[in-house]
Amino acid sequence: MELTRKLEILADAAKYDASCASSGAARKDSRDGKGIGSTGGMGICHSYTPDGRCVSLLKVLLTNACLYDCHYCINRRSSNVQRARFTPEEVVQLTLDFYKRNYIEGLFLSSGIVRSADFTMEQVIEVARQLREVHHFRGYIHLKTIPEASQELIEKAGRYADRISINVELPTQEGLDKLAPEKNLANTKQAMGGIRVKIEETVTARKDARQIRNAPRAKAPVFATGQSTQMIVGADESSDALVLARADELYRDYRLRRVYYSGFSPIPEPSVLLPIKPPPLVREHRLYQADWLLRFYGFDVGELLPKEEPNLDLELDPKLAWALRNRHLFPVDVNRAPRELLWRIPGLGTVNVERIVAARRHSRLRLIDLQRMRVSLKKVLPFIIAADHSPRVAVLEDANLRHRFLPAPRQLELNFNAPPPATPQDALMALSGQL
Amino acid sequence: MITATIQPTFSAWRGKARELLQRGIRPEDVDWCDATQTPALLMEEPAAYSASPPADIKVPAEFLNLAASVCAHTDERRFAILYRLLYRLTWGGERHLLSHPADPDTRQCQVWAKAIGRDIHKMHAFVRFRLIAVDEATQREQFVAWFEPEYRIVQLATPFFRKRFASMDWSILTPHECAHWDGQDLTFSPGVSKSEVPDADAHDDLWRTYYRSIFNPARLKVQAMQSEMPQKYWKNLPEAQIIHELISSSGERMKQMIATPERPVKPMPDNAYLKKLHGRKRPEPLLDKEQDAVES
Ligand code: SF4
Repeated sequence: MELTRKLEILADAAKYDASCASSGAARKDSRDGKGIGSTGGMGICHSYTPDGRCVSLLKVLLTNACLYDCHYCINRRSSNVQRARFTPEEVVQLTLDFYKRNYIEGLFLSSGIVRSADFTMEQVIEVARQLREVHHFRGYIHLKTIPEASQELIEKAGRYADRISINVELPTQEGLDKLAPEKNLANTKQAMGGIRVKIEETVTARKDARQIRNAPRAKAPVFATGQSTQMIVGADESSDALVLARADELYRDYRLRRVYYSGFSPIPEPSVLLPIKPPPLVREHRLYQADWLLRFYGFDVGELLPKEEPNLDLELDPKLAWALRNRHLFPVDVNRAPRELLWRIPGLGTVNVERIVAARRHSRLRLIDLQRMRVSLKKVLPFIIAADHSPRVAVLEDANLRHRFLPAPRQLELNFNAPPPATPQDALMALSGQL
Repeated sequence: MITATIQPTFSAWRGKARELLQRGIRPEDVDWCDATQTPALLMEEPAAYSASPPADIKVPAEFLNLAASVCAHTDERRFAILYRLLYRLTWGGERHLLSHPADPDTRQCQVWAKAIGRDIHKMHAFVRFRLIAVDEATQREQFVAWFEPEYRIVQLATPFFRKRFASMDWSILTPHECAHWDGQDLTFSPGVSKSEVPDADAHDDLWRTYYRSIFNPARLKVQAMQSEMPQKYWKNLPEAQIIHELISSSGERMKQMIATPERPVKPMPDNAYLKKLHGRKRPEPLLDKEQDAVES
């Protein structure tokens, strides 16, 4: 098979994995003139596709042949998709050629499972090994790991990769039993636990190595700096509360860098077990917002999703929805309130909270100061007190406050010169006959 | 009133600003002009007399970084506002000015610096190298790229490429300034026009193949793409040539997916590893603690 055709098949097979991050790697570069590449600091999105996703890494499968039967996946054994397989050398060459043209930050390599978890893992590791050891590639490498692979192989993968990941796929074992019968939550967690320990050991050892000044070049061990995972949303019945509770557990107990949420999307080889209708894209967006609130704004899952409302409001962002349920806590005085309370004001991000805390040491803040910091006044006004502003009590008590924040009637997303083509939603509507 | 006519670079501004500051010139008494924009008629100001300058003028390193960015901007007020900020930091005694995000001068400079930062980031992302030759003697590959940044950021943005692509020879050409790396030195030369750059690379086709395949037609979000990759960059991105095609065919592809009859489940193949997986006990209770908590 021609290389172009392989690339077509094996990139197509990899596109349902949402992770694309290339940030958070240890600092390295190629100023020594040997090899190529650099990482460290912020990752870079080298392009964007019309689905709004960042293209940062060459994201491919080594092969899309797979023994497993995960029903949301185009590569499952029951699918009739055409199969292909790269040799390790082909992936290595593609990565280097793309990297030198500045198309990408590095490689994201995953694979369908052939023969066994260990056999597959060895193939994946071989690509990373060649890149690092033969070509001295210092760009980013993200390897997908199979939880059933031996600990030894997972550790080997971690030595070559900047990031490793295992997808939990669905928040519960019940969901997995139905849709991914070969996958097992307990195994996944166990493997994540092992990776967490390795990452932490490495961080400590690196610190130690730095402290031993006189030791002739104490060599710091090398291991990936982070792990991440992905959950598919809308393929099973799980509520947002369940999805976020699982994510929260993974952040806390396994110190994951990121949990990616991927709205289940229709695939060319649909399975009888899957819903025909994808979840609205905005659900995924709300989950990311809520995830952010969990990690950086001091919220917990129960606050965002009280028992009586286990799903996020699709029309309002989760912080605003929370604030509307907790109006008795407002207004908050931007000149006095502690950080933790400022974080809870709808429309204020952590960056602006820092600015406010810095600026109020100099003078009492007025609305014009907030405006200069590019705070969206329209959103914050009902919730704050500033030197020259306090909201009328009636505003916060108004039963219609919610309406004030609802989005304006939807405009067409496609705004090109040509008349807009049918959107996927249109296609769905046409088929299902519903509006 | 003093007219300070300078080349629009950070080092020219810094030199002039240092001199004015030592003379204690107040910001409202300086008229800053860009030498490349101003007709040559304008006379240089009279030679600086040397009053006794105050002891070493110290500014925070943070200010120098900020100033380097702001100077790369094109807003004509930038030199004046920057000088006022400098004056207030030193003669004005407002030492903590930079940590005051509501101050209009600080804020304005930060906004400019942010625009510069974004432009640099986009340059790191959207430069596309083309292989033009391999040096016979050294065997080093030689690449050229054409890029049109919004601001004058070539000197600020190119050290990144030196770290990353140290083992290749490369030139990045832009309308105002060009950067060249030969394995030893990073040098700069005046801008050129686009016609001097080869406009394709043999790998562009393979790259477009990848771009086409990684796109998911079932989740069209054109605005999200455009806000991160504004149309002004498209003309120099090989993959952007197929954006319209991808968008307009997505509806049809989506229809086909939905119209495909669902595939039945295939029986488990005869594989020892799979059998082991299916045979194992599942230690995980069906309901987890947090699931209990959420659902109870
Ligand atoms: S293991 Fe499951 S998700 Fe992974 S490639 Fe195979 S079928 Fe797809």
